[in-house]
Amino acid sequence: MTDLTNFSIVDLVNGIKNKDFTSEEVTKSFIKNAENSDKLNAYITKCFDEALVSAKNFDKKNISKGLLPGIPIAVKDMFCTKDVKTTAGSKILNNFLPTYESTVTNKLWLEGAFLLGKLNCDEFAMGSSNETSFFGNVTNPFGDKIVPGGSSGGSASALAANLTPATIGTDTGGSIRQPASFTGTVGLKPTYGRCSRWGIVAFASSLDQAGPLTKTVEDCALLLHAMSGYDPKDSTSVNIKVNDFSSNLTEKVKDLTIGIPKEYRVEDMPTEIDKLWKKGIDFLKDAGVVIKDISLPHTMYALPTYYIVAPAEASSNLARYDGVKYGHRSKGNNLIEMYENTRSEGFGDEVKRRILIGTYVLSSGYYDAYYLKAQKVRKLIKEDFDKAFNNVDAILTPSTPSSAFKMGEKKDDPVSMYLNDIFTVPVNLAGLPAISIPSGYDKNNLPLGLQLIGRPFDEQMILNLSLALQKRMNFKRNIKAWWK
Amino acid sequence: MVEIMTENKFDYFINGEKNKWEVIIGLEVHAQVLSKSKLFSSSSTKFGAEPNTQVSLVDSALPGMLPVINQFCIEQSIKTGLGLKAKINRHSVFDRKNYFYADLPQGYQISQYKNPIVGEGEVILDMPYGTKKIGIERLHLEQDAGKSIHDMDPENTFVDLNRSGIALMEIVSKPDLRSPEEVNAYVKKLRSIMRYLATCDGNMQEGSLRADVNVSVRKVGDIKYGTRCEIKNVNSIKFMQMAIEYEAKRQVELLEDGKAVDQETRLFDTKKNKTKSMRLKEEAHDYRYFPDPDLLPLEIDKSLIDKLKKTLPELPDEKKDRFMKIYNISAYEANILVSEKEISDYYEEVIKQADKKLAANWIMGDLFAVLNKKNISIARSPVSPKNLSILINLISSEEISGRIAKEVFEIMIEKDDNPKVIVESKGLRQQSDPIELEKIITEILTKNKDKVAQYKNGKEKLFGFFIGQVMKSSGGRANPKLVNEILKSKLK
Amino acid sequence: MSIDKETIKHISKLARISLDDKKIDNLSKDLSSIIKFIEKLNKLNTDDIKPLTSIIDASLKYRKDEILEGKIREQILKNSPEKTDEFFVVPKVVE
Ligand SMILES: [Mg+2]
Ligand SMILES: [Zn+2]
Repeated sequence: MTDLTNFSIVDLVNGIKNKDFTSEEVTKSFIKNAENSDKLNAYITKCFDEALVSAKNFDKKNISKGLLPGIPIAVKDMFCTKDVKTTAGSKILNNFLPTYESTVTNKLWLEGAFLLGKLNCDEFAMGSSNETSFFGNVTNPFGDKIVPGGSSGGSASALAANLTPATIGTDTGGSIRQPASFTGTVGLKPTYGRCSRWGIVAFASSLDQAGPLTKTVEDCALLLHAMSGYDPKDSTSVNIKVNDFSSNLTEKVKDLTIGIPKEYRVEDMPTEIDKLWKKGIDFLKDAGVVIKDISLPHTMYALPTYYIVAPAEASSNLARYDGVKYGHRSKGNNLIEMYENTRSEGFGDEVKRRILIGTYVLSSGYYDAYYLKAQKVRKLIKEDFDKAFNNVDAILTPSTPSSAFKMGEKKDDPVSMYLNDIFTVPVNLAGLPAISIPSGYDKNNLPLGLQLIGRPFDEQMILNLSLALQKRMNFKRNIKAWWK
Repeated sequence: MVEIMTENKFDYFINGEKNKWEVIIGLEVHAQVLSKSKLFSSSSTKFGAEPNTQVSLVDSALPGMLPVINQFCIEQSIKTGLGLKAKINRHSVFDRKNYFYADLPQGYQISQYKNPIVGEGEVILDMPYGTKKIGIERLHLEQDAGKSIHDMDPENTFVDLNRSGIALMEIVSKPDLRSPEEVNAYVKKLRSIMRYLATCDGNMQEGSLRADVNVSVRKVGDIKYGTRCEIKNVNSIKFMQMAIEYEAKRQVELLEDGKAVDQETRLFDTKKNKTKSMRLKEEAHDYRYFPDPDLLPLEIDKSLIDKLKKTLPELPDEKKDRFMKIYNISAYEANILVSEKEISDYYEEVIKQADKKLAANWIMGDLFAVLNKKNISIARSPVSPKNLSILINLISSEEISGRIAKEVFEIMIEKDDNPKVIVESKGLRQQSDPIELEKIITEILTKNKDKVAQYKNGKEKLFGFFIGQVMKSSGGRANPKLVNEILKSKLK
Repeated sequence: MSIDKETIKHISKLARISLDDKKIDNLSKDLSSIIKFIEKLNKLNTDDIKPLTSIIDASLKYRKDEILEGKIREQILKNSPEKTDEFFVVPKVVE
């Protein structure tokens, strides 16, 4: 029998609807795969028994309603899931059982999907290699001891290794697009405000956004459709019509103008990435697109800005983890000692670093020099994009400055780790939608991605361009299941 | 030793050993917004519920929970701002004030720091020495904290989050107050305005109104303010006054000893009547304010402000002016009658059909005495305005005397009957028939011939005796004016 | 600017994270390099720039004043590491 875990979601949905196979068969094959793949360490919590029950129930009812009928989906462990442990990759939440379901996951379940499990991630989504999780490193199926990227590393690894048919992650500075690029998968960060943040463990509120990780652009459109929408419970969610991204998906992109920002041609960028970028440009030209050189002059300030804004917000968002209401608590002789011990033992090193940086840049005497300054530069970065979009319909860049690296390689140098997000971070600062699509391999046979950045709420445009690229790239995810 | 003295009617000074000192006071009043649900969540604000039963997922800061603002709380603070004749800021921002405490589940309080919803305004005080304007610096919206209970267990503190997230208006005065009496008048006036507006119930026992009191002293004649101390969270006017007196004296003693006042936060110990430093607890306070990224800036439409302006009731100051002008009552009376909206409503109901002056006297005298004794508000008065107005009319038309009226009023307190019916059924109507009265008087004079003789010989004090006898014999119902006239003519 | 150990002690106090001396040593190096990195912004003159207040071009949306939640004490206390039937419990606050 064909291996159902190779299927795209679109094919699985069609197969289930046409009764070519059952939800139970689909679910079982992913479970079987996942159970043989503990070496990748992609799952934190497996909900396989419950998923099988859901699949059987679905098959029994024999009605295929919704966008994702009978589809099992594992999600990043940043989404609160009712009665299923939610950890954010942290010891401080290692026993937390939400009594509520995040808006975004709930939307998936309303479309007929059900939970397969919770996927590993960097602690509180702070990391670019999935090496900061309390639950251990995640391995990239493209090679032993190779990182899958982060922070949605468990999601990307599970998807690439066929342990889930698709997944959703969160992206604060590249946490969906960078791991997608490292694992040869499609990852999209929607416009800020497109998806509800309600029920997602917060890292940096003004930057966080949930989005899909999928095998194909078509799947990406489908999942984005399912998870998007206004939520009155999130004050930053935007009340704007949700497109049927799938039905509107087209590779007809003729006469669109695509900008190529010169500032993204960074020093020390491997020639392979430069070549890949050129290949992307050529393919888009082939699709009838007009290419235009543009400038985003404040690009070099994006990472320093990000590493002020994100830690500042995080230092405040993570203040609630104090051992009182939920999560880990350490002993202490008085309240303050209890706080200090709880947070010292509960948080890992990278989270501590960021909390301390965030505390520092907000503290009295430093606020203006750091935080306020960063908000001013953030304005300039946003204006760069606003100006660019007066002349172009989308922007094409590489997703990352390198392919996936070895575990431990950058672990001891936080700044070199941060540089990984150099192409993805400006997008979060400007609140724009962007997608990474697999586009080729480097000399070590590791996948590389290209990023398309769109206007606010114009996810359809970058999906269409991605489809045009996907057709021409003809990317194959050739993974041998060496870990089994 | 320094001594507090009220130097003259107008001012409050502290006479130290070396100098005379002026006390400078500013208040940060925390007023609970009168609303059904909390500022950023939809759990109840009701007082006195079982612990932790009015707590939502947002209030207990569960992971992934987000604030959504209560429209009514915004309207309530705009209304309060308008009542303080203040500028309403069309653009304001919610900030996070970061600190750790057991009853602060988020690890930060959502407040407004640089851009509050309401800007400068004023409150007018009526002091015995004239009216005084107290400047309002700002009003901002913020979340209340939960409650830590320290005395239920020797080793542990218990936390109740029912209050957590309730909307507070922090109303910051300019340092314009100069004495405990002015603070008393200011808090009462602020409370009265908010109660008129129905934006805060002002219930200090339930914690709906608390204040941080900023106190400093300076030598009389100095222009520069001294270093101030902030006394946190004082929850009664009496304690505010006591805290100010103690704190001002303490600062004067320090300064006269050549020591400096440290700028610090202090607590008022209600058992010892002293303020004490909170410095140890404060050690690491740096609130790291920054705009809350979970919320967008608050933009207020001019149309909303205009709409709310139209709903404003007549406020105490305007009402007082009107009462004095139209009802011709004194400033003192008007002040008392407008202090609570319910009192002024009651008064205006009574005077629809009764004498304005008499009505003021009856309300402020007999009625207040009863309400005080029974500890009930005028809204629940045992005597209805309608019946009080009938009673007053019986007096005005001389159908009953003032003394009988008091008797009737006593009966009305027990049973809110029409006083006319009471007067009829008990036969209390005033006897104003001259022929009838003359009969009684003649009888009494005949019975007391000796006293009549003494009176005629110059013992004029006996006139009162005759009146008393007539009243007694008429059961108190005789018209005193007529009795007077007839007696005088008979005794000539 | 590098960040000295005293400063790290101070901010770790503000952030309520206890650190031993070895940790402080390590952090001092890491945080200094991060601070150096973010100080690249100093090259940019931003005197006339208004800071970004929100990435969304909209104003705050309102909620109606309705009671829709509450009476879920069991849920609220469910995950607490120390509690009674009614309260969260924390070590005594020292005044
Ligand atoms: Mg204060
Ligand atoms: Zn306050």
